[in-house]
Amino acid sequence: MMDPTYRAAAEFAQTWGLAYFVVIFSCVLLYALWPSRKQQFDEAARIPLRED
Amino acid sequence: MANALAPQKQMTFGEGGLALTFAALAALCIVIAAKAYTPEYAFHAYLFTAASLAAVFAIINRYYDRPAERAPLTIDGKPNYNMGPVKFATVIAMFWGIAGFLVGLIIALQLAFPVLNFDLQWISFGRLRPLHTSAVIFAFGGNVLLATSFYVVQRTSRARLAGDLAPWFVVLGYNFFILIAGTGYLLGITQSKEYAEPEWYADLWLTVVWVTYLLVFLATLWRRTEPHIYVANWFYLAFIVTIAMLHLGNNATVPVSIFSSKSYIVWSGVQDAMVQWWYGHNAVGFFLTAGFLAIMYYFIPKRAERPVYSYRLSIIHFWALIFLYIWAGPHHLHYTALPDWAQTLGMTFSIMLWMPSWGGMINGIMTLSGAWDKLRTDPVLRLMVVSVAFYGMSTFEGPMMSIKVVNSLSHYTDWTIGHVHSGALGWVAYISFGAIYCLVPWLWNRPLYSLKLVNWHFWVSTVGIVLYITAMWVSGILQGLMWRAYTSLGFLEYSFVETVEAMHPFYVIRALGGFLFLCGALIMVWNLWKTVNSAEQAETAGLALAPAE
Amino acid sequence: MSLWQKHAIFEKNSIVLVIGILVVIAIGGLVEIAPLFYLKNTIEKVDGVRPYTPLELAGRNIYVREGCYLCHSQMIRPLRDEVERYGHYSLAAESMYDKPFQWGSKRTGPDLARVGGKYSDDWHRDHLRDPRSVVPGSVMPGYGFLANTELDFRNIADDLKVLRLEGVPYSQDMVDNAVKDVATQATTDAADAADVIKRYPKAQVRDFDGNPGKISEADALIAYLQMMGTQVDFNLYDDKANIR
Repeated sequence: MMDPTYRAAAEFAQTWGLAYFVVIFSCVLLYALWPSRKQQFDEAARIPLRED
Repeated sequence: MANALAPQKQMTFGEGGLALTFAALAALCIVIAAKAYTPEYAFHAYLFTAASLAAVFAIINRYYDRPAERAPLTIDGKPNYNMGPVKFATVIAMFWGIAGFLVGLIIALQLAFPVLNFDLQWISFGRLRPLHTSAVIFAFGGNVLLATSFYVVQRTSRARLAGDLAPWFVVLGYNFFILIAGTGYLLGITQSKEYAEPEWYADLWLTVVWVTYLLVFLATLWRRTEPHIYVANWFYLAFIVTIAMLHLGNNATVPVSIFSSKSYIVWSGVQDAMVQWWYGHNAVGFFLTAGFLAIMYYFIPKRAERPVYSYRLSIIHFWALIFLYIWAGPHHLHYTALPDWAQTLGMTFSIMLWMPSWGGMINGIMTLSGAWDKLRTDPVLRLMVVSVAFYGMSTFEGPMMSIKVVNSLSHYTDWTIGHVHSGALGWVAYISFGAIYCLVPWLWNRPLYSLKLVNWHFWVSTVGIVLYITAMWVSGILQGLMWRAYTSLGFLEYSFVETVEAMHPFYVIRALGGFLFLCGALIMVWNLWKTVNSAEQAETAGLALAPAE
Repeated sequence: MSLWQKHAIFEKNSIVLVIGILVVIAIGGLVEIAPLFYLKNTIEKVDGVRPYTPLELAGRNIYVREGCYLCHSQMIRPLRDEVERYGHYSLAAESMYDKPFQWGSKRTGPDLARVGGKYSDDWHRDHLRDPRSVVPGSVMPGYGFLANTELDFRNIADDLKVLRLEGVPYSQDMVDNAVKDVATQATTDAADAADVIKRYPKAQVRDFDGNPGKISEADALIAYLQMMGTQVDFNLYDDKANIR
């Protein structure tokens, strides 16, 4: 009934797709929360307040 | 060397090239007008001719009036900002806003009292509805985004806007696109793809304008003297890049002839439906959300005079939002002939989208922590904070409506219209109003004429929004339930037209809500008019409202 | 030198940002859209679906022009009340030649996916002219101007050619006879009626707007409305064969 291309696509999505999401999200979290970047971000947050 | 000898004035490559291009375009459009299949298309060709000739004239005129040297990038070590295009976009945004709200009121009244269609093709509901949606989304919202993005990218980069003619080409070209699109709807020129109705030649024109927009924005970022790219610019960039991709994908079309306004989209049926709602939902996600979140991330901290609550959260917010949004389109096609796997995928991502949306809302509102008293004294800040609250409300409602069982009731009904307007009026329009109330005093260097009138605007339009969305909730759920009501004998209880008649009182209330919203916007126009035309300079009063120049 | 280097890195950062955005947004669209073109079960196999006749196509273009899709859907969902109210749920195959699709998103008026044959031509003519004369309580605008406007079909063959270019199976024969077929299909007891029906099976050939003297826009629109949802014979359609 279900054609094989469909099943293969579904299997791929349910394994590698999930892994892909987890990896991407972890990268974003690591980038945003890495302690040494805190100062840089605090500085960036003040950009609108200290123009000219 | 410039100080000793007056340098010889020379036409730049940009001025000459652009003038020649427009002259060629004018000639081409005259030929097209002569051979056009329909008078409506000929009219548009003449409009293109007239605009091109006006552009040639303006470029040459500007060349004679301008000094020999280009405007300096800095004056006394401070960036020499280019605010002309920002001012233009701000003013015209208000003009289109009023026009769009007015057409919205007219079509709301047409649904309550169909005699108001007057049975004339040019002003029947089917032609005015795209005029309303395009006027408020693309004309009002689009110009607000142009104005604020050009303002924010300059201020946060501490650099002059890149390009000489290019920024003007972007704002004027974009508004010419609006003119072509709007007159086209009235004349019956449409490709019927919701929120992408303009035909092939308008789409082509917009593509050129949009690529220029991206380049001006990027080139300004390249000039920046700040080491960081402020997060608002990330959102603007995502908005510009994604809209470009969506526009190209959804408008892939083949014209019947260069002499015809008609074209046929290359996608068909189920694929076309998927492409359309991939576009449609991400127009919401990137035009009406990412772009206006950029406004939130600049104007709320600026107005509250404190940095954003958490810059790290804003970065997570950014990536999570753009990553999840792009998948959510299929929730517009639940229970249709779109394959189930795509519907499920769309629903899953729509529900997940709730999280970054609320992350952004918390980030915006919490920026005021420690300064909550300002909400009492500053109605402009209140307008923006309430807009973020509306954002939170509609981004909760949206994921809920994307759940298939809820959607089976809400789809095709006014509930969707109510949901859209809680986002459009409450979030998009309010954050825009807030930004414009900030921008006009900053740009014209005048104190805002009256905070009391802002207060009036806020309350009148808030009552309007509440009337609007509650009327649509009730009518939508009522109609959904009536469609599926059965008698005890197992027959459908209501004929279709009975469900239409039951909507009448709610359509009247909705029109009243729209009327109040329009009144609020008119109060705003009056307030801004008095601001711009006041003789008082910002230095003498209201210093706190203007940034130190 | 060092300043230049620094600046180059900044420039690269905004490009890196653009690339990051592009990668993130492209994947979602690709995964959802691309499979629709190659997964065989996206569009079920159904007998009877054919391209629109030139007259129906012209009518469809009027439907698009007037923004009918803003109030009328053409997509019956497989829900009990909808199937009872409108008929068999819509199949993907039934809109496979629709450019653009007209599924709609709002039902201010009823669904039209299977409106064909439900009402007489006279009813449609009266309803378009003055909706409340036949459906009191309707909020639809009147479209009386359609019956007064001559249909412009001089260039209809161009439309067929473009659609053929985009994959709709119009034959050379259909393109060559497009203009003639419009006139024939809008005429009662036309001499060439059999030719039109041979090219387009089940095509309805007659004067639709009650005015044999003129081929009006109402002729085209009613011809389109009267064929909607009638191509597939659901007495023969096996809905178990296409479970997806």
